[in-house]
Amino acid sequence: MSDSSKPDSSKSFADTEFITEEQFKGRSRRSFLLGGAASLAGFAGWRWVQGQPTDNRIPQVLRDGHEFNEELWSKLFREDHLAPTYPKSESSILRVNGRHGIRNEIDMSVWRLRVLGPDGEEWGTHTLDDILALERNEMTIEHKCIEGWSQITTWGGALFSDFAALYDVKQDDFTYVSLRTPTRDQYVDRDEDDRDYYVSVDTPSMFHAQTLLAYDMLGGRLDQAHGAPLRLATPLKYGIKHIKGIGSIQFTDELPDDYWGERGYSWYAHL
Amino acid sequence: METPQTSKADILAGDNADDREAAPAALAADSTSRRAVLKHRRGSRWMHWINFPLLTIMIWSGLRIYWADRQGQIGIGIGAWHWFDLFPDSVNDALGLERRLARGLAFHLTFGWLFAINGALYALYTLFTKEWRNLVPRKGWLRDSIGVVLHDLYLRKNAPEHEGSYNAAQRLTYSIILVSGLFSLLTGFAIYKPTQLSLLTSAFGGYEAARLIHFWITIGFMAFFVIHILQVARAGFGNFWSMVTGYQLEPRGGSATSLANLSDEPVDPDQALDSDPTTKEVSHV
Repeated sequence: MSDSSKPDSSKSFADTEFITEEQFKGRSRRSFLLGGAASLAGFAGWRWVQGQPTDNRIPQVLRDGHEFNEELWSKLFREDHLAPTYPKSESSILRVNGRHGIRNEIDMSVWRLRVLGPDGEEWGTHTLDDILALERNEMTIEHKCIEGWSQITTWGGALFSDFAALYDVKQDDFTYVSLRTPTRDQYVDRDEDDRDYYVSVDTPSMFHAQTLLAYDMLGGRLDQAHGAPLRLATPLKYGIKHIKGIGSIQFTDELPDDYWGERGYSWYAHL
Repeated sequence: METPQTSKADILAGDNADDREAAPAALAADSTSRRAVLKHRRGSRWMHWINFPLLTIMIWSGLRIYWADRQGQIGIGIGAWHWFDLFPDSVNDALGLERRLARGLAFHLTFGWLFAINGALYALYTLFTKEWRNLVPRKGWLRDSIGVVLHDLYLRKNAPEHEGSYNAAQRLTYSIILVSGLFSLLTGFAIYKPTQLSLLTSAFGGYEAARLIHFWITIGFMAFFVIHILQVARAGFGNFWSMVTGYQLEPRGGSATSLANLSDEPVDPDQALDSDPTTKEVSHV
């Protein structure tokens, strides 16, 4: 060790490096009190978070965190930015993970896709043929589940924006789109345990060039477990937003119900 | 190349007044009195202790997220031989992780900002105070790090000499941990927004690759934590307490290494081996 380890008053910077044992003891006491207070404050803060009243099943301050994130990432959203696509050869039939709203077969003889205005007024109804009549788009994307898994798959369907054009609805006309499973009378022997499923999505995401009302996967028509006759598919959102077996679509400015948003998840669920 | 004097002055330039106002005159007058040596600057101390609960919350909430997809647990094994999944059910049960994905996400994505802010402030702080010189590996880092490890494992008598607060193995470890913190943040964003930040995600080799890197960095943090605690326990209370007060009392009749002894030239390890053994009171944390 060089001489510089010895205190040397000729070097002013050395003053900062050493304190006397007495000074150290004083500092030690102060640090103990300050450190103890800081630890208690940290612990109290943690208890405070845990004890918050909940907002849609998570502590309010964490819901605020979700909303802060939603605000930030929706501002950073770029309409012309496309999610990566993959060669169709990499895609496979998607794992079935959730069964809410699809435990029972939809009765295609009575099923109609209902389109509703902001006050719930019916704008029109459609058969699947109406959707098939729109231009078919195909995309091979990486589907992501909020539980962590991902899988590459190929969707075929109509762009939601093409469908909305049937009603002359533009992206800026409304804030949200609400999508719900069909009413009970449109199922074959509806199981009472089956729940309705419903999601709501911001219009910029719905009108994106990769958001489809999908009716086929890898070229084959959707089966019940994958959302026949019509489901949502978009690489902008986690799978929880990809509602299967769509019964109705509503345009609105008031934040509609959202199945998982009500159960502690971020409403935006954006990727 | 700066002279050692100016570099020392620079290193201390950003320090707080409290640390500067000590009185060395008293020290010189009373040779029996011990000195306390500055080991950790105020900013480093605060950000270290703030980081500890934040990283703990990030790991705990991250495990809840990881646990959500039980089909996708990462297994450990070689080839067809499957040893165990990360983590065994007993571990998950003990941490109360099951079926709390929504809460895990809520904590992770809110506290993640605090973790990021603390990390960014620390990065700026090390640059501003030139504290980074006390942290980055120096010439001879590999040989000296091995020497420290051998010494800690009782396979070598003397620890390699070092300057500043940290020995070569500490410098290497802490640097890796800090870079890991940055990468856990970047891979975190790559997983969080793989569409909006698709360039970042593909830079890590895609979504699944980013998840895997994020996961293994976390395992690295946990491994570091275990070793860190063991080493702190070994180094004794005085060393631990210096992370609270900033100062460590020198051993009686000896001198401890300090931030002040930081020159631009690494110590010659051969010469160091021959020097006074009382100067080997170094802590390996």
